[in-house]
Amino acid sequence: MAELNSTFTTTTKDRRTKQDFLASRTFFVLTVFPVLLIVIITVALFLRAQPILSEYPLTDLLLGEIWKPNQGLFGFRPFILGTIWVTTVGVILSVPASILTSIYLAEYAHARTRAIAKPILDLLAAIPPVVYGVWGLLAVVPFVDDVLAPLAEGRLDSISIFSVTQPTGFGILAGGIVLAVMIAPLIISVTFEVLSTVPNDLRHASLGVGATQWQTIRTVVLPQTLPGIIAAVVLGASRALGETIAVLMVVGNVPKVPTSIFDTAYPLPALIANNYGEMMSIPLYDAALLGAALVLLVVILIFNILSTLVLQRMLRRK
Amino acid sequence: MDAHIQVKNLNAYYGKQLALKDINIEIPKNQITVIMGPSGCGKTTLLKTFNRFFELTENTQLTGEVLVDGENIYNKDIDVTEVRKIVGLLAQRPSPLPMSIYDNVAYGMHIHHMRKNREDYKDGVKHYLEIAGLWEEVQNRLNEPATSLSIGQQQRLCLARGLAVEPEIILGDEPTSALDPISSQHIESRLLDLKKQYTTIIVTHTLRQAKRLADYVIFMYLGELIEAGPAKEIFSNPKHERTKQYLEGLF
Repeated sequence: MAELNSTFTTTTKDRRTKQDFLASRTFFVLTVFPVLLIVIITVALFLRAQPILSEYPLTDLLLGEIWKPNQGLFGFRPFILGTIWVTTVGVILSVPASILTSIYLAEYAHARTRAIAKPILDLLAAIPPVVYGVWGLLAVVPFVDDVLAPLAEGRLDSISIFSVTQPTGFGILAGGIVLAVMIAPLIISVTFEVLSTVPNDLRHASLGVGATQWQTIRTVVLPQTLPGIIAAVVLGASRALGETIAVLMVVGNVPKVPTSIFDTAYPLPALIANNYGEMMSIPLYDAALLGAALVLLVVILIFNILSTLVLQRMLRRK
Repeated sequence: MDAHIQVKNLNAYYGKQLALKDINIEIPKNQITVIMGPSGCGKTTLLKTFNRFFELTENTQLTGEVLVDGENIYNKDIDVTEVRKIVGLLAQRPSPLPMSIYDNVAYGMHIHHMRKNREDYKDGVKHYLEIAGLWEEVQNRLNEPATSLSIGQQQRLCLARGLAVEPEIILGDEPTSALDPISSQHIESRLLDLKKQYTTIIVTHTLRQAKRLADYVIFMYLGELIEAGPAKEIFSNPKHERTKQYLEGLF
């Protein structure tokens, strides 16, 4: 039977159908690529760290306190804890001020104030980390040394995390302050966007019964946006965990487990950046540094997975 | 006439654009006043000057006076939250707060610390849900989120929430325009029930609703007050040509 002319089939695929097909395939590949990249990087790091992982038990590496590569001692513990200390101090210093700033900008500020302040805050995010490092070196380290450490001495000294043991100003507090300033613009701008998603009708409903602006923010706006604000903080913390150059310029880089915010520290990124490519003749040194990179990656992954889980639970409870 | 609100030489600007031109009007106590006029005539703007919501829009300016019980609410030492407690607003779209039905009604009472203990709050919530004609429907689901209610129920919830802070004046900004006919009827009959105790001011663009509700009518056109008076007079014998045309449905 002769082929019927159907309205819905075309014998020759026309150009736009082909284009559509091509587009969907190209975009698929482009999407898959970064996902693959993470897998490839993790696997490659694992393979390159294999020599040291097979030589020492994992617990020795992660919990070991001594880092003396030429004696064959590779303890990551000072670096892992150094990373966590610096990041925690940075986040604690940054989050309250950043959130209050975004609340001010989103809820209280006049349009004109906002128009001036927002771009300047965004500009802070564009300053290169090395410039922050120089600022830390020239301003923050002396400030810690001349002002904060003497302030803590004799007052907060009895609390171990505030005890002052070394008199240089280099250390966790200086690193934390630099990090706090670096991640603030990120947290502010994401929180600001999140607050802007709350419809004005809700604010008006609260103001309309005579609530003050602060009551409205506290009881209506913040509960509504808490998951988004947490996401903003996680983003800032992830950035802080991986920050390298600005931190390594001010933390002192001594491979010792810190116990006070005035102690020096040696975070994982600083370890890798300072040493990779040098003294590579030491046996297992290359593998140890790549192992450190693997540990850093895993720490950040765990942190992100945990925060995603927390977020999902919060959203489900709503 | 016993005036509850007096407006004197009121001018309102959005940026440089004049939205209200020299408005002078007195609004009678414990009656329903309907403000009507074509779109963009300034009726909603006028309403928003009564609870100081006009200033929430950025880049606005206001001159003149609005007196509530003889006191200018734009005086420097006036507490704006007290104004908004006395002058409640029912918005165009129902806007339940993101909390339970119960908490929505208790919200304003909590904010103003109007009750002593939990039992008092419970009684208050029940009382105002009854007044709003919603109690029967929600008494078994007070802890469910307010957004689970139908749009019509939400608007009655908003009415209960507004009444719970014991206002003297109720503003309605086209409060039924988002509702289906039956829900609209609910709201209208509530407003009629309440008019003995509250001064009610409704903005509407439906003439039939104006006729059903109004005791007193204000007609506006292009930011100017054209005519105001008792509903009977305005509807049966408008003095101004514009009003006549509007009532005949010419624009």
